[in-house]
Amino acid sequence: MNWITNYVRPKIGSLFSRRDVPDNLWTKCDECGTMLFHRELAENLNVCTNCGHHMAISPRERFIALFDGGKFTEVKVPEPIADPLHFRDSKKYTDRLKDARKTSGEREAMLVAEGEIGKTPIVAAAQDFGFMAGSMGMYVGNAIVAAAERAVVLKRPLILFSAAGGARMQEGILSLMQMPRTTVAVEMLKEAGLPYIVVLTHPTTGGVTASYAMLGDVQIAEPNALICFAGPRVIEQTIREKLPEGFQRAEYLLDHGMLDRVTPRGKMREELVQILRMLLRQPAAPAEDLVNKVEVPAESDAK
Amino acid sequence: MTHYLEFEKPLAEIEGKAEELRAMARENNEMDVGKEAAALDRKASELLASLYQSLTPWRKCQVARHPERPHCKDYIEALFTEYTPLAGDRNFADDHAVMGGIARFNGRPVMVIGHEKGNDTKTRIERNFGMARPEGYRKAIRLMDMADRFGLPIISLVDTPGAYPGKGAEERGQSEAIARSTQKCLQVKVPVITVIIGEGGSGGAVAFATANRVLMLEHSIYSVISPEGCASILWKDSDKMREAAEALRLTAQDLTQLGVCDTVVAEPLGGAHRDPDAAIKSVGQTIAKILDGMAKTSPERLRDERREKFLAIGSKGLAA
Repeated sequence: MNWITNYVRPKIGSLFSRRDVPDNLWTKCDECGTMLFHRELAENLNVCTNCGHHMAISPRERFIALFDGGKFTEVKVPEPIADPLHFRDSKKYTDRLKDARKTSGEREAMLVAEGEIGKTPIVAAAQDFGFMAGSMGMYVGNAIVAAAERAVVLKRPLILFSAAGGARMQEGILSLMQMPRTTVAVEMLKEAGLPYIVVLTHPTTGGVTASYAMLGDVQIAEPNALICFAGPRVIEQTIREKLPEGFQRAEYLLDHGMLDRVTPRGKMREELVQILRMLLRQPAAPAEDLVNKVEVPAESDAK
Repeated sequence: MTHYLEFEKPLAEIEGKAEELRAMARENNEMDVGKEAAALDRKASELLASLYQSLTPWRKCQVARHPERPHCKDYIEALFTEYTPLAGDRNFADDHAVMGGIARFNGRPVMVIGHEKGNDTKTRIERNFGMARPEGYRKAIRLMDMADRFGLPIISLVDTPGAYPGKGAEERGQSEAIARSTQKCLQVKVPVITVIIGEGGSGGAVAFATANRVLMLEHSIYSVISPEGCASILWKDSDKMREAAEALRLTAQDLTQLGVCDTVVAEPLGGAHRDPDAAIKSVGQTIAKILDGMAKTSPERLRDERREKFLAIGSKGLAA
């Protein structure tokens, strides 16, 4: 058993009980159809062990695998005013939020944390596609601003994992205003001379791609992630033709010069540590720091 | 011939009748229709006033997209002298959906940038209906950068359904171009004034509208998504655009309450298209006043103020 089996195992129960299929220990890969045992899947960071397909991973799971020893401290995000437009479609926005909170167990669509990776102190923010499609509303905007401010105070780089269907329509113009707001956050980092690395994960679309997710010093994507401004369906309706295979996928963007790298999830942490340490002009991390050794906290084993 | 909007049909009838009467009188000199025609005119203007007094958000969308509404080109021709268009993004192409160049505004050199929709089939196609491609945003970035280096205030005129959702646009980095354009707006140390003259469509608008002051024409709209798009996603029925337009709070009046719009510029009765000259003139006067007010602000302050303004947006919602 390696570190992640040890560490993640106690979390699995809680993960699966609040996700799609309770009592189901098997997940079907939506790419190749292979049935994957939950423990094996988690051990592999939700990447299919058969075909390498990258499935969604929650910000919390991602942070446990990312930060040294799975240890991180959450950065507090200022709570925005709730439902500023009193929005209601077929359902009230406040009810949609309540449902999302219940199913995800999270406050909102972004988690911000500080900690170390490969003994390099960082601030990280991760967007949660499982929470109302990761949509960017005022909370997400506040989270990115808070992350940037914290990074500037601590003089640390910021790593941001993006995943979103776009803007949170239920917040109308105020969701759109997160494009300039988050761009101000990027400017803060830039002016403080701090690296800002964006890891684009599946899917990153719309106003999110057209703001903070495309402004990183280094742009890395997970394999096969859909990354676009307008979604493929909208484009097909506009131009009335079928789009080529792989259009708007990470590899396609890499080919078109829009990304620096496409890196599998399993290699991401190591790569981030190396890039950061070079940008920060710090000595190379010793090999043992590149592997995340998680000391299993006694209480989580007991759970 | 005036183009009437769907909700203006009763008005079209009355104005049509008045016109018919006058035409008859022209053919037959003995007929005196003055009184009847004047009565009809009165009725028409009363109806116009009552229709426009309280436009629903969806009706405002229609007015904002009115084909005869003055467009960017009209504003540039009327308000600026020595307009010298500057073309191209130095990378790939010149995007005709985005106009821009140096010009004089009340004698003072400025940089003007805007979306142009075109006003007939030919120019609409040429202008891609005001939907910019990455080249358009990259041209704007280039012009804003130049304005910053030479200390020219930037005036942007926003009128777009949104950035173009096309294959080439995506391949050439539509999102990156928009993101960089917004970023450039936030970096420059010159005054940036935006006027939303028609439609402020989502990210395609923000890219030029991250300004020190955002002005909106009385019947213009500014939204994260079109009411049609919102209806088809949230209501799963694109015919629910009226409800969506209502819910999105996209009018100049609501956006003022939300702190997104700084100044609403009144339109002539019946919308800017009924008296383009008057509409353009009042936009010009408002810009002049705001520019004067910013004359003494230091370059650093101009930039910082713009950032602070956007960071503060969202602190107030609509009254319950």
